[in-house]
Amino acid sequence: MPAEAAISGSMRPQPYRVTEVLRELDDVVTLRLAAEDRAPLPFRPGQFNMLYAFATGEIPVSISGDPSRPDELLHTVRRVGAVSSALAQLERGAVLGLRGPFGSHWPVETERGRHLLFVAGGLGLAPLRPAICRALARRADYAGITLVLGARSPREILYAWQLAGWAAAGAMKIHVCVDHAGPEWGGPVGVVTSQFPRALDGIAPDRVSAFLCGPEIMMRHGCGDLEHLGIHPERMWISMERNMKCATGLCGHCQFGADFVCRDGPVFRYRRVRRPLGIREV
Amino acid sequence: MEALPNTADAGMTRPRLIDDPRDLLRHFLGQGYRILAPQERDGVIDPAPLTEPEALPRGRVDDQGPGHYRLRDGDPDRWFDYVVGPSGWKAWLYPARRKLWSAERTDDRLTFRDATTAWPKTVLFGVRPCELAAIARQRRIFAEGPYVDTAFAERLERSIIVVVQCARSAPTCFCASMDTGPRAVAGYDLALTELPADHGAAFLVESASQAGDDVLHTLGGATARPRDHAAALDLSRAAAARQTRTMPDDIAGGLKLRLESPVWADIASRCLTCGNCTLACPTCFCSDVEEVSDLSGDHAERWQLWDSCFNSDFSFIHGGPVRSSPAARYRQWMTHKLSYWHDQFGSSGCVGCGRCITWCPVGIDLVAEADRLMAEGTD
Repeated sequence: MPAEAAISGSMRPQPYRVTEVLRELDDVVTLRLAAEDRAPLPFRPGQFNMLYAFATGEIPVSISGDPSRPDELLHTVRRVGAVSSALAQLERGAVLGLRGPFGSHWPVETERGRHLLFVAGGLGLAPLRPAICRALARRADYAGITLVLGARSPREILYAWQLAGWAAAGAMKIHVCVDHAGPEWGGPVGVVTSQFPRALDGIAPDRVSAFLCGPEIMMRHGCGDLEHLGIHPERMWISMERNMKCATGLCGHCQFGADFVCRDGPVFRYRRVRRPLGIREV
Repeated sequence: MEALPNTADAGMTRPRLIDDPRDLLRHFLGQGYRILAPQERDGVIDPAPLTEPEALPRGRVDDQGPGHYRLRDGDPDRWFDYVVGPSGWKAWLYPARRKLWSAERTDDRLTFRDATTAWPKTVLFGVRPCELAAIARQRRIFAEGPYVDTAFAERLERSIIVVVQCARSAPTCFCASMDTGPRAVAGYDLALTELPADHGAAFLVESASQAGDDVLHTLGGATARPRDHAAALDLSRAAAARQTRTMPDDIAGGLKLRLESPVWADIASRCLTCGNCTLACPTCFCSDVEEVSDLSGDHAERWQLWDSCFNSDFSFIHGGPVRSSPAARYRQWMTHKLSYWHDQFGSSGCVGCGRCITWCPVGIDLVAEADRLMAEGTD
């Protein structure tokens, strides 16, 4: 037995190199990462990594790339606080620290034969993108795929280039709405839930499995509205966001009722979190 | 009461009687162990390194109540009539501040190195039954989950635990209602019971592990008789009977039905959100991390420090804290401790030590608040 024990090795990051920086929006970048001296990191759609900016700190960031391409490890980061700003300023060739992947995943594989409804608010499309990629790769497994996306304004639509490609390929239906827009916008204006009746037109609600990611208030109202439209709470999933320090269920920060968001989430079946979601400040 | 794992055939040695607890301390000191034992310092009795057996706070007693702790003289011949101090063993097994790793930046590379921690073979001497339960509950979190705090696990593995059974209960004690005391029946290496003065022999010494057996073999002393056991059990029963606080039986399920009770706001009107209860609590385990860098800009360290769910930054995400109101923060602490802990770790997070009551500067009484919440209707 050693007289000296290493303190929790699960807290120590591994070095990763930024191989490409994609400018997505004014304050949003996507970092493409490659492991230094190790094999690509397999992950499941909806999982996240802890990204460490040297001498600044560490934050949880969802993996936003295609799970069939773990060699192209993508993370989309918005400049909000000190760590996300430091990450967003990294240039190609820079090295950061990474721990992961952590957490639960979008269960698209178990929803075969059903109509998949993805609902994203703003940056919420980033954690959903791996699930959409996975579903599109096995398009024949599903009755249909629909994406409803809400953004603050037309210039804040994330991955707009990819949405155009997905729409052109015809494998999924896409409904985009914005909170406010100028005259150049020809699409609908309103909250994302206002698009549900149109998006679900002609689809039997008992055949729909829904995956929602965005601001908590959007997911709460979104799930409530979808339930009202006949989608079962067992067939809806959301991705929760809470303060996280360890990502291993040991620091206590991300507790949401009896759940640790880092370990039991971030993807939760709506039925499991419906009650605490409806209570203020849980 | 819950058990820390022991080897299968351990604890088979017959209990002994000894006259003086210092004999045990001298034995361990002679074997080269570091001893941590309760000692009087800064007006409290808390574990600290002990090099001199005379340093045990013989004859001292703690008066405790909501927001109140004072030491005074008790029976000068009694060794262990005080109960628990503010810090306990948590600060030793899970330090309030520690380095996790360091990072060096050289040219275009980043190198991470785990920090290490030294822990000599140690005797935790004078662990109370509620504290033994608290250690087991932290062990469940740190050492028995999918991710292991290796430093915590190693510290515990390299420690011998000597329990002192409680002959006295403070007014803040409610271990009997949490089923963690006042008598530990397993999970220790050795357990001492300080028998009443009129009994004849001073201490019953029981073993529950191979390490404990080994000590008993070398210790000498008479083999305990049935009447010694009976006296020890009577003592524990009497200590339990003197406890005045009782946690409601149905608190774990009951709190879940009262998340929107007006009682939370009432508690919050008194709560200072100082976090004393979480720091003094022997099971509270939440931590924060801190980044430290030097002026060269090429060296950084990651430190972990205790955190409290009463800090407003605790739940901070972009846009502000999730739990900004003191009512929500108190609810988080109490529901986690008494209810959600069962879902997460299979037991209550409360061991009934009463520290949160004693060390609350405004004397908020966890048990009384639990009673009030349960007396209110459900949401």
